[in-house]
Order: sequence, then C-alpha cells, then structure tokens
Amino acid sequence: MAPARVIAYLAGMKLIYFAWVRERVGKPEEDVDPPAGITTVGELVTWLAGRGEEYAYAFENAKVIRAAIDHTHVRADAHIAGAREIAFFPPMTGG
Amino acid sequence: MMTIRLQREDFDLADEIAALTRGRTDIGAVASFTGICRGDDQMAAMTLEHYPGMAEAEVARHVEEAQARWPLLGVTVIHRYGRLVPGDNIVLVVTAAAHREPAFAAAEFLMDYLKTRAPFWKKEERAESVQWVAPKGTDDAAAGRWTGSAPRRDAAE
Repeated sequence: MAPARVIAYLAGMKLIYFAWVRERVGKPEEDVDPPAGITTVGELVTWLAGRGEEYAYAFENAKVIRAAIDHTHVRADAHIAGAREIAFFPPMTGG
Repeated sequence: MMTIRLQREDFDLADEIAALTRGRTDIGAVASFTGICRGDDQMAAMTLEHYPGMAEAEVARHVEEAQARWPLLGVTVIHRYGRLVPGDNIVLVVTAAAHREPAFAAAEFLMDYLKTRAPFWKKEERAESVQWVAPKGTDDAAAGRWTGSAPRRDAAE
C-alpha cells in the first residue's frame, strides 16, 4: 500500500488565495506541481513570485503574506510535503 | 455547549442568549460582545471575505482553548460574511458560566483572537475608494496579552 504522502502528491497540490492576494494573482485557486526542490512554504512563495507579473506583485512583500496548510496556520519554514491545500492571504482583519 | 456559525444572515442577541440558557439552572452569568459596522470616514459599506472550512476550524480551536482556560458552561460565536452597511451586526460572542469572571474573560479572549487569527478580511467601500483594511498593531497587542507576547505578523519571512 502506498504511503498517504505519495497519494496526496499524486492527487496534486491546491493553492487557494484570499483578499488582495487573490485579487493580485487574478484567480481564487489553482492546482500546481512545484519542482521537487521546493520543500517549504517560504520556497513555494519564492517559486510562485517567479511565475509572472501578477504573482510577483502578489508576493512582492513576502513578509506580510500569511500561509495555512490544510486549514492550519503555518510559518515559512513549514514543510509542504503531503499538503492537500495551501492558502496564502494577508494579515487577518475579522472581528 | 459550543455553537459556531458563519453566515450571511443577521443574528439576534436575545435569541442566542435564550438558546444558550434555556432549561439550564447552573448558569449564573452570561456575557456578550457584539461587533457592529461603523460608518465613520464616510464608509458606505464593507465586504467580509472568509476562508470556508478554516474559519470554522480556527474559531473552534479558540473556543476549545477558552473552555480549557475557564470553567465555561456555554459559548456561541457567530461571524457574518458578505456585504454589510453601517449599523449592521458583524460578530457575536456569547459566553456562559456559573460566575461573571470567566464569562467576561472568555468573551474578551475570544474577540482578541477573532481579530488576529480567524481568517476573515474586511474591504471598505467609500465614495472615492475601495480598499482592504490594514491590520492594527493594537489588535496584535490585545491578543498578545493572553500569551505574554504578540503573535507574529511576519509569518512568511
């Protein structure tokens, strides 16, 4: 039986964007297949920023971008292996 | 008892308190906080965006933390999303306990965390502009007092 991590990888990784990150990227979500060398959230942000003008604009100030893996807040050094859904968004302003 | 609802519709404070306390004789204190859309700086409307799935999970995590910290007998959290105009309700927190101290403290704790950790974003509409609300340092400081340090704003550095 294949380990869960392999199954998740084969199923693809979904990225989802909110608020001005979504507006700058120009789409609410997408499936991506980052290169094997991309192992952390921070590396994923750098890779995304190089994908085009809209991504460069969305991620131009990486320090303010928040991330969540499968509905849990994570830091830039979090590993993305096994993630089904990774979200990027600005600091939260609810309440 | 824990009730968490994210909804477009309005809520009624009296109905929510009644639902929390009906048939109970152990509750001696109910505290509530209602956040209302303000119309200052000529704001015409605000749109609240949220992350479905994570928003519920994040609110639930903080309600569980509040229940671990204080002897609560019931908690209700309702957060609206969508377009709201000045005067509209935004958020409701109701806490019930045997005595007032845990009810007051837990309500304040939950509101501080909703402001800084729950995945909601406000966009304000004015006559001349539409812009996303910037986070307030005072909200980070308010949330930080429950842990002794402010949560990090630079999560992806």
